[in-house]
Amino acid sequence: MQYISQIIFTLILIAGIGYFASNVKKLFRNIKLGKDLDVSDNKPQRWKNMAKIALGQTKMVVRPIAGFLHVIVYVGFIVINIEVLEIVIDGVFGTHRIGLHVLNKSVYGFLIGTFEVLAVLVLTSVIIFWIRRNIIKLKRFWSAEMTGWPKSDGNIILYFEVVLMCLFLLMNATDATFQNLGSGNIVSQFIAPLFEGMSEGNVHMIERTAWWIHIIGILVFLNYLYFSKHLHILLAFPNTYYGKLIPKGQFSNNEAVTKEVKLMMDPSADPFAAPAEDAPVPEKFGASDVTDLSWVQLLNAYTCTECGRCTSECPANITGKKLSPRKIMMDTRDRLVEVGKNIDANKGTFVPDGKQLLGDYITNEELWACTSCNACVQACPVSIDPLSIIMDMRQYLVMEQSAAPSDLNNMMGNIENNGAPWPFNQQDRLNWANES
Amino acid sequence: MSNEINVPTMASLFAEGKQPEVLFWVGCAGSFDDRAKKITKAFVKILNKANVNFAVLGTEESCTGDPAKRAGNEFLFQMQAVTNIEVLNAYDVKKVVTACPHCFNTLKNEYPGLGGTYEVVHHTQFLKQLLEEGRITMEGGKFKGKRITFHDPCYLGRANDVYEAPRDLIRKLDAELVEMKSCKTRGLCCGAGGAQMFKEAEKGDKEINIERTEQALEVQPDIIAAGCPFCNTMMTDGVKNKEKEASIAVMDIAELIASADDL
Repeated sequence: MQYISQIIFTLILIAGIGYFASNVKKLFRNIKLGKDLDVSDNKPQRWKNMAKIALGQTKMVVRPIAGFLHVIVYVGFIVINIEVLEIVIDGVFGTHRIGLHVLNKSVYGFLIGTFEVLAVLVLTSVIIFWIRRNIIKLKRFWSAEMTGWPKSDGNIILYFEVVLMCLFLLMNATDATFQNLGSGNIVSQFIAPLFEGMSEGNVHMIERTAWWIHIIGILVFLNYLYFSKHLHILLAFPNTYYGKLIPKGQFSNNEAVTKEVKLMMDPSADPFAAPAEDAPVPEKFGASDVTDLSWVQLLNAYTCTECGRCTSECPANITGKKLSPRKIMMDTRDRLVEVGKNIDANKGTFVPDGKQLLGDYITNEELWACTSCNACVQACPVSIDPLSIIMDMRQYLVMEQSAAPSDLNNMMGNIENNGAPWPFNQQDRLNWANES
Repeated sequence: MSNEINVPTMASLFAEGKQPEVLFWVGCAGSFDDRAKKITKAFVKILNKANVNFAVLGTEESCTGDPAKRAGNEFLFQMQAVTNIEVLNAYDVKKVVTACPHCFNTLKNEYPGLGGTYEVVHHTQFLKQLLEEGRITMEGGKFKGKRITFHDPCYLGRANDVYEAPRDLIRKLDAELVEMKSCKTRGLCCGAGGAQMFKEAEKGDKEINIERTEQALEVQPDIIAAGCPFCNTMMTDGVKNKEKEASIAVMDIAELIASADDL
């Protein structure tokens, strides 16, 4: 009988981690639905970016208040997780506060004391975050795309953190052994008196309950990640590693087009040559669905935290236009999840569902409102590039569907005929030199 | 102000067997737009004064393809690029200077992948270099005490991290450089990038250039300085919209320097 709780604990742990692992597998599969992109270059710079941007949070603190609070929650999250290690060992081996057997009292006290202080700081930050979202109603959390799930997702994460932090403090406060230790109970010593007068058995029951809910809560939270924008706590690292290294203004040259252009410019090419029988299907220009995007762009979509810093810097959005770079990323993720579910439901193959990212999720109006100014790319704290998706979809609209706004068609016609976006003759290009 | 300017073309220099130090890529706006032509001329006057051995392509220049690419027409962009690269390579061009951040970005970043690799500098970088080498001098007096704010062109600033060259030049004019609330990495677009210059804006509450002009007016400048012909047009329109054209001038950095030197 004495092993029963250890067995239950181990089973819960395996189930929790197992379910998470199976979802991570799906995550990888979905991201790999994207086109291949070689990002094996410049590894030192990539590691540096990851260390600076993800680990060092350098872009978070551009906005000092949110940035500072985020750093607290981030550090708290990482450090307090050391405590989870102890919980897991205790749970599996039936020990209690194994740390006390391994470390000396003052070291253990210092560690737990630090966790308690961090727990209070995290609690405070999370409450401020909640107030910013729900009472101050910061504009970026109340945009059109932030209703329904995205809105509740944001709050659920905050509630989770509040509950977990409270449970951690409660667990310490009701642990007689720990309180008697008199070391490290920096915060919990003030909560402990609440339970004075209760029977020893009841206090112990509360301690055990808090302990169990805390670890189960952590496992539930772990599995919640896959369905949530909170996935960024894991994906921010690879995403910053694979982020764009070249100047922001440099858009990649579509190689499929280069081949066509070279052929056209080659005077010896036969313009009437029929394609070889076994020639591959010509590549689609640009992107109309998630599978036309690169895997890095899909990773971007899963990494998006929906913080809206991109949208609040977007000149089109600021002036009331439909475009929101955050919505571009959310739409991409939503569609990718939909495609993934389709594949799961159809035994591993995608069955066309008559939908696509373009039109069903992202409208032409949004795409054409972009000024390609890179404000969204600059603003993103985790190196997401919404602009690249917008540009790929514009390519599809123009090169596959000839669906550019008529003004742009005029501009392109002028470039083609006169070598300038306006209807002026190329022969007049130097006239300015002689005009007074 | 004299109107005598000397603008050699690559073709004429080539005929004489000469190779200029730098090619001045004028760009479509700089060649055809009435406002932007003034920027082109101001820059040429400075080049003449500094005895810079430069040339333009003239009728051999064509659109870089930037607006086509940003509009999604990769095919047209690459056709333009490949054609331009053939011309540039035929003249064995090594260094290019341009007053248009869009041409600057495309020539510098996107042409190398298609076979055209050059040292490309924006005119503000080039002017700063001339100043440092002592080839031009700036007699500040004229702008002393004037409040000048600089509007960062997206394709110069955020796209290519050039923030200081234009600002250094303004400071050298003895002017008071005042920054808008959105500047440098957080600068706000003028509304013309990404081929927006050539189409109606999507429906919204406001035009982007009006929003940007309002930000500029907040710092009560005497002059709004720009480093891009498109930004110049957008900000000029914004100032007109606010009926401030009598008190606030929109000027390119090259125009500021040319006028300080009374060229």
